[in-house]
Amino acid sequence: MGAYPAVPKLPNKERTKIPRHKIPEQEANVRNKNFQEVNLGYTIELAQAEAQRCLMCANPPCMKGCPVSVKIPFFIEKIIEGDIASAAKILKEDNALPAVCGRVCPQEEQCEVVCVIAKKFKPVAIGHLERFAADWERNNIGIQVPEIKIKTGKKVAIIGGGPAGLSAAGDLIQMGHDITVFEALHEIGGVLVYGIPEFRLPKEIVKAEVDGLAKAGVKFEKNFVVGLTSTLDEILKDYDAAFLGVGAGLPYFMNIPGEELSGVYSANEYLTRVNLMKAYDFGNNDTPIVDIKDKVVAVIGGGNTAMDAVRTSLRLGAKRGMIIYRRSESEMPARKEEIHHASEEGVEFMLLTSPTEYHGDERGWLRSMVIQKMELGEPDASGRRKPVPIPGALEEIPVDVAVVAIGNGSNPIISRTTPEIKVNKWGNILVDKVTMKTSKKGVFAGGDIVTGGATVILAMGAGRTAAKYINEYLTNPDFVWDWE
Amino acid sequence: MNKIIESRFLSPNVKLFKIEAPKIAEKRKAGQFIMLRVTDTGERIPLTIADSNSQEGWITIIAQGIGKTTKMLNLLEAGDYIHDVVGPLGKPSHIENFGTAISIGGGVGTAIAYPIAKALKDKGNYVISIAGGRSKEYVILEDELKACSDEVYPTTDDGSYGYHGFVTDKLKELIDSGRKIDFVLAIGPVPMMEAVANLTKPYGIKTVVSLNSIMIDGTGMCGGCRAIVDGKTVFVCVDGPEFDAHQVNFKVLKNRNNTYVSKEKEALHDFECHLDQAFNKLIKQEQN
Repeated sequence: MGAYPAVPKLPNKERTKIPRHKIPEQEANVRNKNFQEVNLGYTIELAQAEAQRCLMCANPPCMKGCPVSVKIPFFIEKIIEGDIASAAKILKEDNALPAVCGRVCPQEEQCEVVCVIAKKFKPVAIGHLERFAADWERNNIGIQVPEIKIKTGKKVAIIGGGPAGLSAAGDLIQMGHDITVFEALHEIGGVLVYGIPEFRLPKEIVKAEVDGLAKAGVKFEKNFVVGLTSTLDEILKDYDAAFLGVGAGLPYFMNIPGEELSGVYSANEYLTRVNLMKAYDFGNNDTPIVDIKDKVVAVIGGGNTAMDAVRTSLRLGAKRGMIIYRRSESEMPARKEEIHHASEEGVEFMLLTSPTEYHGDERGWLRSMVIQKMELGEPDASGRRKPVPIPGALEEIPVDVAVVAIGNGSNPIISRTTPEIKVNKWGNILVDKVTMKTSKKGVFAGGDIVTGGATVILAMGAGRTAAKYINEYLTNPDFVWDWE
Repeated sequence: MNKIIESRFLSPNVKLFKIEAPKIAEKRKAGQFIMLRVTDTGERIPLTIADSNSQEGWITIIAQGIGKTTKMLNLLEAGDYIHDVVGPLGKPSHIENFGTAISIGGGVGTAIAYPIAKALKDKGNYVISIAGGRSKEYVILEDELKACSDEVYPTTDDGSYGYHGFVTDKLKELIDSGRKIDFVLAIGPVPMMEAVANLTKPYGIKTVVSLNSIMIDGTGMCGGCRAIVDGKTVFVCVDGPEFDAHQVNFKVLKNRNNTYVSKEKEALHDFECHLDQAFNKLIKQEQN
């Protein structure tokens, strides 16, 4: 029995006639002044109407497009039936953090891009429906915890409480293992709490999903830096296996003159101050950020993090928020929705430009930056056309704050303290691509520390794959740990 | 939450805390630091670990009450709790038998110099400690330094105790006396460390300073602590905190450390005008 009356399952032809339902959102000119969530979420009516568009394919390509293989048509069917609790339950069989993923996954590149009706029409809004079901559960019946069958007595240490670690923890606890997550910061969530802003992912939702894991039995050790507080080897004395999901560590700078000036931030620092440390509410919280009100902010980069930083700047009162990106819009790695939202909110895009130096005043404060205009040349190793500087096309523009959002290198703490873990020349941990096992017996790894900076859902996918093989390693005596 | 076992003022605004932290005590080496948050809305600040005991499971930290966070910390006493403590962070000091080593601490910097002086002594160095302060009551840890040094020279700016003058004046006197000095460690306010670096450079004496950058996570993730050493960007939290004094760009360090001066004043003013609220918050934290 559902909480709502079922809506009819329509003939396929009828289904494709329904246009995709937009998710209600805050007005661009209102939301760019507050930190509340941009998307407001479907109502039950919108959700059921959108769910009716799904063709319920017998061999659904969307499931293959999903890095964690959520049983998409099955949960959508429950929404049609009005049984949202069951929809949420199906989601959580494959995804430990559905309310998070419904908000931050790049569905347009994963499940929705392969949706059968997307060939002729717009795809089913899978992400919006996922979010709807997860939010409904949390708001109406509280996060439900799956029953754990049998305890195996095996202990697994999860190093890093971000998306990779949390999804591994979510799966492994259900498999009956004893799980402890070790987190360096004072809050669980990793990039979900320090990086992704409140207006895109409210911290309350992360907290609720983490509480759900705790309710299922996952233990959390905060303020614990594995490698320093205890080494991995010391941890392994008390655990049967470990998963390293420590994330991308050190922010890259461009190594151009003036990056040391006050007012130049890495995106990690800028966003951590605002999100994790709540600098936007200075007075009630003690961590400051430089004054952004009526200032000019330039964000360097074209990824999701750059969009987060520039949209954060507008909300902090910036007079101008600019994206400085060296390629053109079509090469931007950010999700389409983020670029669209940013542009609606008044972000200026200075495409085909790249900073060459920053200038400061006598007290060491940023005052201006010199930007080099570029044009697109031949495709590079990434397949995207390479930006080439136009000789002499330099311009100096006044800026008060610059945020460098060009990615992260890998943190050296684990590899420095556990030399047995093999890494590549960039410091990324080397893993077996099928099982996620590392060069050290009993240790698996996944997420940004393996791939370099990527997305939340890819990290979660890696966490799930690792969980599957950690379970295999713990329960199958024939599991072979070979490594070349 | 970490419990404070013992606390006492070493000088009018410098307070020592012995904190329960068994894991950190087990691992910690001289030169490493912790990050702490006094309350759940507090900022994260780095503080060097002054001492530790792995059997008894405690560490000590020493804080000078300058801004809101350190003044609030200094309101705490034995039996109270610090909301978050994480560590040990940073690279340990590079300790070897240099020969004759001079350890210089300016004000609360003595708290950081002390464990390193101790480690230098353990390695067999002839250790000379210079502990500077504005006046007598600001000279700290003199007894502890005596226990681990061959010579100890307290100095005061106003001459109220020990040598009358700056730590650099005493250092210059020692160098000028013609004694062979193999290693100098200087920890204190940036102008002091810079003055020591300028003094020892022409003599080619290996000199190390511990940088007090602004940090958030303390594990390399944010890059806020970056400094320029030998013309290159370093992250103080994972590449340091100790660096070759003759290679450090002190001007950049000073400028970056001043980034939030106006915000810090604002927070401090607000704190001092609403001390009752701060107390209430701390009391509530105890009860939870």
